[in-house]
Amino acid sequence: MTDELNEIHSHDVVIIGAGGAGLRAAIEARSLGASVAVVCKSLFGKAHTVMAEGGMAAAMGNVWKEDNWRVHFRDTMRGGKMLNNYRMAELHAKEAPDRVYELEEWGALFDRTKDGLILQRDFGGHKYARLAHVGDRTGLELIRTLQQKATSMDIDVYMECKIVKLLKDSSGAVVGALGFWRNSGEFVLFKGKSFILASGGIGKSWKFTSNSWESTGDGHALAATAGADLIDMEFVQFHPTGMVWPLSVRGLLVTEGVRGDGGVLRNSLDKRFMFNYIPEMFAAETADTEEEGDRWYEDKSNNRRPPELLPRDEVARSINSEVKAGRGSPHGGVFLDIASRRSPEYIKRRLPSMYHQFKALADVDITATAMEVGPTCHYVMGGVRVDADTAASTVDGLFAAGEVAGGMHGSNRLGGNSLSDLVVFGKRAGEYAAKRALGMTKDVEVDQAEVRLAVEEALAPFNRSQGDNPFKVQQEIQDTMQNLVGIIRNQQELEQAHSEIEKLKERVKQAGASTTSRRFNSAWHTALDLVSMITVSEAVAKAALLRKESRGGHTREDFPKADPEFGKINHVVRIINGEMSVKPEPLPQMTPDLAEIFKDDVK
Amino acid sequence: MADLNVKLWRGDENGGELVDYTIEAQEGEVVLDVVHRIQASQAPDLAVRWNCKAGKCGSCSAEINGKPSLMCMTRTSVFEPGETITITPMKTFPIIRDLVTDVSFNFKMLKKVPALKPKAREADGTYRMFQEDIERGQEFRKCIECFLCQNVCHVIRDHEENKTNYAGPRLFIRYADLEMHPLDTNDRLSLLQDKMGLGMCNITKCCTEVCPEHIHITDNAIIPLKERVVGDRYDPLVWLGKKIFRKSKTKVTVTE
Ligand SMILES: Cc1cc2nc3c(=O)[nH]c(=O)nc-3n(C[C@H](O)[C@H](O)[C@H](O)COP(=O)(O)OP(=O)(O)OC[C@H]3O[C@@H](n4cnc5c(N)ncnc54)[C@H](O)[C@@H]3O)c2cc1C
Ligand code: SF4
Ligand code: SF4
Ligand code: FES
Repeated sequence: MTDELNEIHSHDVVIIGAGGAGLRAAIEARSLGASVAVVCKSLFGKAHTVMAEGGMAAAMGNVWKEDNWRVHFRDTMRGGKMLNNYRMAELHAKEAPDRVYELEEWGALFDRTKDGLILQRDFGGHKYARLAHVGDRTGLELIRTLQQKATSMDIDVYMECKIVKLLKDSSGAVVGALGFWRNSGEFVLFKGKSFILASGGIGKSWKFTSNSWESTGDGHALAATAGADLIDMEFVQFHPTGMVWPLSVRGLLVTEGVRGDGGVLRNSLDKRFMFNYIPEMFAAETADTEEEGDRWYEDKSNNRRPPELLPRDEVARSINSEVKAGRGSPHGGVFLDIASRRSPEYIKRRLPSMYHQFKALADVDITATAMEVGPTCHYVMGGVRVDADTAASTVDGLFAAGEVAGGMHGSNRLGGNSLSDLVVFGKRAGEYAAKRALGMTKDVEVDQAEVRLAVEEALAPFNRSQGDNPFKVQQEIQDTMQNLVGIIRNQQELEQAHSEIEKLKERVKQAGASTTSRRFNSAWHTALDLVSMITVSEAVAKAALLRKESRGGHTREDFPKADPEFGKINHVVRIINGEMSVKPEPLPQMTPDLAEIFKDDVK
Repeated sequence: MADLNVKLWRGDENGGELVDYTIEAQEGEVVLDVVHRIQASQAPDLAVRWNCKAGKCGSCSAEINGKPSLMCMTRTSVFEPGETITITPMKTFPIIRDLVTDVSFNFKMLKKVPALKPKAREADGTYRMFQEDIERGQEFRKCIECFLCQNVCHVIRDHEENKTNYAGPRLFIRYADLEMHPLDTNDRLSLLQDKMGLGMCNITKCCTEVCPEHIHITDNAIIPLKERVVGDRYDPLVWLGKKIFRKSKTKVTVTE
């Protein structure tokens, strides 16, 4: 093909990403008989999923037998301010319990109830204690279990390999993915009949984030560049509780489990300020006195939940307002206090890694003093537009699951709903991708000229050895998104963001590889990550400018209320001839039996 | 604040050297932050692995002033003012570049572990396990696969030739996890002894000392495994006693 390409692998199903979604898809596709490749940027088992802390939501009813899929479905839709793809939310609520039980059968050791069943914990926005968990390291358990299962199944794992381009055939179906080995800098082509994007999130485009270096939105950008639709890109979740001090760990996550297990938020006046921020939509279900909120932990039937456990968007906005009003903590956050409310033994048993994290990184003993916390960029609700049942994108042969897929969470995701999303839709993606591949009789053809072009593009940073430092450009993107497309937005700043992004696009084209060595060259890797980062940044900024209302993860200072008209549409992002456009499209309409579940709700 | 003096090992499999960097100190930093700042300002092509920056993923293992550690969990405040911070890659694994080593040995060994074979569910479709039954397993499953224990284990650190017949402490943890798993019905003891080199471990405990997850690798995993192997082979009575609380297991061997 080209001198640069000496390695080609052919598989039925090629999966880009080895987090929870990618691994669950791999297991499913392999068990149906497909030959499966899993490609990932980091070492196997280090994907972002490993960092998940609090738990995975599934209405198993082990702690509250009143719980069932309908309640979970309702919580999820209301948490997403009704913008979710209802069918995804329905499938998710129905199938999550089986996906959890299956993990148990594959070796996951979840914390147990007194009766020996899987224990479930409280989290924001969930009516009942619903999160299966292992202390505060649930993601590690999830990824290790799936990794161990996949390892025993004859699945080919290609690790530390970055995919830079999806290649289509003349019919418009995806048939190839070009990547390079990070270790050697050599190129590799994956030919396949079905491709699944399971590439995770985009958080690295913000300055303060809980996400790792991998979350550069590669999958979002690969899909959009290949012509697939993205939806809901304006909705980015800022988790209310990230660390704020020391600066070096600013943004690092403090699990919602702290509040689920009894922690409360206070301002510098020692007030539990969340009682001042209860929105009408949740007033009927939220305690209005501290006493009632405290009783709820023990007696959920006769008390309402404390406002600290409102959905994340509400809590993050409230913290932001307190800090702005001058009632913040010394380093610009608020106080999260569990020390005065639970015994040291309880805290260490329930939240061991939080205890360790604060002790080791901030010299703070969370069993003795309050933590300082503030909002951090955490999760993207938006993503590749998929068919709810099959996880197929709008491009033939391309599927998407996990954080890279959009629709499931609407405008705001509830905590714990991601890990369950990964396994529910990972399984579905694996199943339908395998069926598509196994049903195909012909081998696929990859256009050599396209491969050559993609290789040239990927090597471009080496032609600019005198080019800009990619780490500097990265920082500029992060500053722009943090300051102008952050948690609170307005017209003027978003317009400014647009012109900054236009300038940054040019800067991205100037970023160089620093030296000529192809071997694990971080400057080169980062220069290529910038291409994805700027693409998703543009998508978020464009969709955010058009949504003239506040809803879920998208808050507009200039339009502080939700607008029912905007409640009827999703924004669809599409790249046509290199130009990115955003168009509104009507929301899929819920079936009457599901709509019935919401009939008594305050809107 | 004052300047930090840092020596970083730079090079590849053909050799390399310690290179000096000077960078302004900042409050509350960890070693990984310093490495990243050097990368961003002075050495953009510097090779270093990381993901979580919170001690949860096990990517950033290195030797800091000779001590095998996670770079993201080592505060710069632990060094004396003026002390040079020397960072070198893990010694046991082949160098790829700078601080990045080829850890594929560990993944190969993990691939050889016979998978969990679960017993049947209860009549009501659930598995009943009690917290006390899984506490030990949960300890083992905290492992973040940083491979620092593998790095310090002298059986492979000083003897490349042993890598073919010695699994190492991380793997012993994994075997112990399966051996003590309430649902598992496989028996991997012969395999452990015959092919995985359990007998070559002479309980020096160096692995336990470096484990960032504070897993009691030797006391809770290796020694009990050794006891089981001995019991299995030479003392059927002891073994029978031990088996009472365990499900009957089927012997498995490695698939190559
Ligand atoms: C600190 C933290 C705590 C969290 N806690 C919870 C929680 O308690 N409960 C919950 O439900 N959710 C939680 N979340 C969210 C949840 O962890 C993530 O949304 C989820 O893990 C994403 O999984 P994924 O499978 O979609 O992708 P990831 O796990 O992000 O994996 C992405 C994979 O794609 C690969 N990849 C990306 N780009 C490329 C490319 N170009 N080429 C090749 N490979 C590529 C990566 O290498 C990686 O393997 C948390 C998130 C964070 C950051
Ligand atoms: S105790 Fe055994 S496994 Fe651990 S370092 Fe010593 S010899 Fe190696
Ligand atoms: S047992 Fe400890 S030292 Fe060894 S790989 Fe696991 S976490 Fe690292
Ligand atoms: S970066 Fe994850 S352990 Fe250090």
